[in-house]
Amino acid sequence: MPSSHTISRHTRSGAAALLLAGALAVSACKTTAPAELPPEPGPATTTTTTAPSQPSGPIAGSQADFVAKMMGADTIYFDTDKYDIDSMDQAALAKQAQWLMQYPNKRVTIEGHCDERGTREYNLALGERRANAAKNYLISLGVDASRLSTVSYGKERPVALGSNEQAWAQNRRAVTITID
Amino acid sequence: MKTFHHLAFGLLLAVSSAALAQDAAPPAQPEAQASEGLEVTVSDDSEWQDLGIAITVFATDADVPTRTNAGSTSALGRALSSVVAADLKNNGLFKPAGPGGLPQPSFDQVREPNYPIWSMRSADMLVQGYVHANPDDTLTVGCYLFDVALKQPLAKAGWKVNPQDWRRAAHKCADMVYSRLSGESPFFDSRIAYIAETGPKSHRMKRLAVMDSDGANMRYLTSGQATALTPRYSPDYSKILYLSYLNGEPSIYIYDLRSNTQKLLLRSKNPTLAPRWSPDGKWVLYSMAIAGNTDIYKMPASGGQATKLTDSPGIDIGGSFSPDGSKIVFESDRSGSQQVYVMNADGSGQHRISFFGGRSATPEWSPRGDQIAFTHIAGNLRIAVMSPNGRNMRYLTNSWQDEAPTWSPNGRIVQFFRTEKNSGVTSIWQVDLTGRNERKLPTPVGASDPAWGPVRP
Repeated sequence: MPSSHTISRHTRSGAAALLLAGALAVSACKTTAPAELPPEPGPATTTTTTAPSQPSGPIAGSQADFVAKMMGADTIYFDTDKYDIDSMDQAALAKQAQWLMQYPNKRVTIEGHCDERGTREYNLALGERRANAAKNYLISLGVDASRLSTVSYGKERPVALGSNEQAWAQNRRAVTITID
Repeated sequence: MKTFHHLAFGLLLAVSSAALAQDAAPPAQPEAQASEGLEVTVSDDSEWQDLGIAITVFATDADVPTRTNAGSTSALGRALSSVVAADLKNNGLFKPAGPGGLPQPSFDQVREPNYPIWSMRSADMLVQGYVHANPDDTLTVGCYLFDVALKQPLAKAGWKVNPQDWRRAAHKCADMVYSRLSGESPFFDSRIAYIAETGPKSHRMKRLAVMDSDGANMRYLTSGQATALTPRYSPDYSKILYLSYLNGEPSIYIYDLRSNTQKLLLRSKNPTLAPRWSPDGKWVLYSMAIAGNTDIYKMPASGGQATKLTDSPGIDIGGSFSPDGSKIVFESDRSGSQQVYVMNADGSGQHRISFFGGRSATPEWSPRGDQIAFTHIAGNLRIAVMSPNGRNMRYLTNSWQDEAPTWSPNGRIVQFFRTEKNSGVTSIWQVDLTGRNERKLPTPVGASDPAWGPVRP
């Protein structure tokens, strides 16, 4: 379906533009990574001791750091009923792999998702196939398979809540989440 | 259900001995005689003819308190007749009148109706009954069906039930009336497992739940902490297979309804999906994804070695046995998109049967064996049926998103769930094979993935 393909690309570049416009990397969390784990309840005492003029970024190697560095590339998108890794996905996964090489002790879960316009059970299987497509590409880039696990949520966890092509394009996705 | 006895009628009412020995099973009747009076013909897919049925308040010999939630025996009599009327009315099969607005028979008139009154009211059929409280708190409920034109009884039955099971007696009565008038097998006295959905689309809670065929006696089985999906009742109602994210990833669990405990169907690093029972309850089908490739497996319900039934590089998932257990209809995208396939129960002879354009998914074999219900996807998702050879495809619904059909125990009605555009709110609906009588089931919250069990033992 070429139309949804175009839309998904628009969505992605739109999200990227938002990201660049927003000065704070933290604000990107909201727009790009809805499936992100809640921030760790870090030690509250340390924040008072750091210099208030220098807003400290996310802890290096944390999930928050991963999300900030990926700038949207923690998620790849798929066409209707498809699970192939296209050139945009490859670029995003290469970026993920780069980060994962930098933090070799980090493990990740790749979540596979679908849009709502399919049957429930098939979408669970399709989400699993999408997550595995992302996983296999990361492995091909040199990431150790033992660091990568997958889980499919089928159509059960949409990030875009409308019932239109644009929302569906955003929901056909595989999201990489690092385990803190 | 040990206390659920069929009663010979002579115990409570002195009935002429000729037509006695009747129980809840499809009544053996004086066929020739009855067919003269009934001009109704009910064949497979023809529209049900409307039949005027009057249902009166069930009488009681003594108005005494009961241990039911309906009140005393006289209140219970009204409640029983209301359940019977709702069963017959909500399925679009008949046009029942009453119990409100109709004359109430005395206890003695239950088996000797005043026919002229009912002829004047243009009733074709008359359903009457009684309720009697036994000293041990159980209840005896009697149910009579009369042909008003012929001025004679057509069927009767009685049941002894525990107080908490009083609605079952009403469903049995509705089943008796339905079976006698339509010639079809009963189905009202049955239960449905489903997924209760609450909360916004972004954070939808999905809980395992069960209810009677009319939506009553609803009960949650899981707390909602872990997403639950796709339940299936075992044929004897003792267990439910379903999918849960309890361990973080989708796995099939067996929920034991007697002990209210559950366990994993099998231990695996791989996600397990789409559980199904064989008609005799001895086998379980499940689908398992290994490295993204999903295939269908079969294992003994009691545990043990699994057999892999499919081996295609595509997604093979689900599965529904033919009633005799010899074949399995399932879904596969090996041709490039979801389509329906049939194989022998050992996995041999796999062949595609759906050639309609679009995608065909979630096939379910009718308990009668004559039809396969499925979800047809061509833009919208719609419920359709076809013959087991893939011919005679016919839509039953036409909405934005209807999916996951499940059959009534007699194979005459298909239940499914409908999703609202944008809000994603789900609800369970049912439709008969004519496609004309569609209705929403009353569930207290959103509802999906209905799984209709057989007529209760």
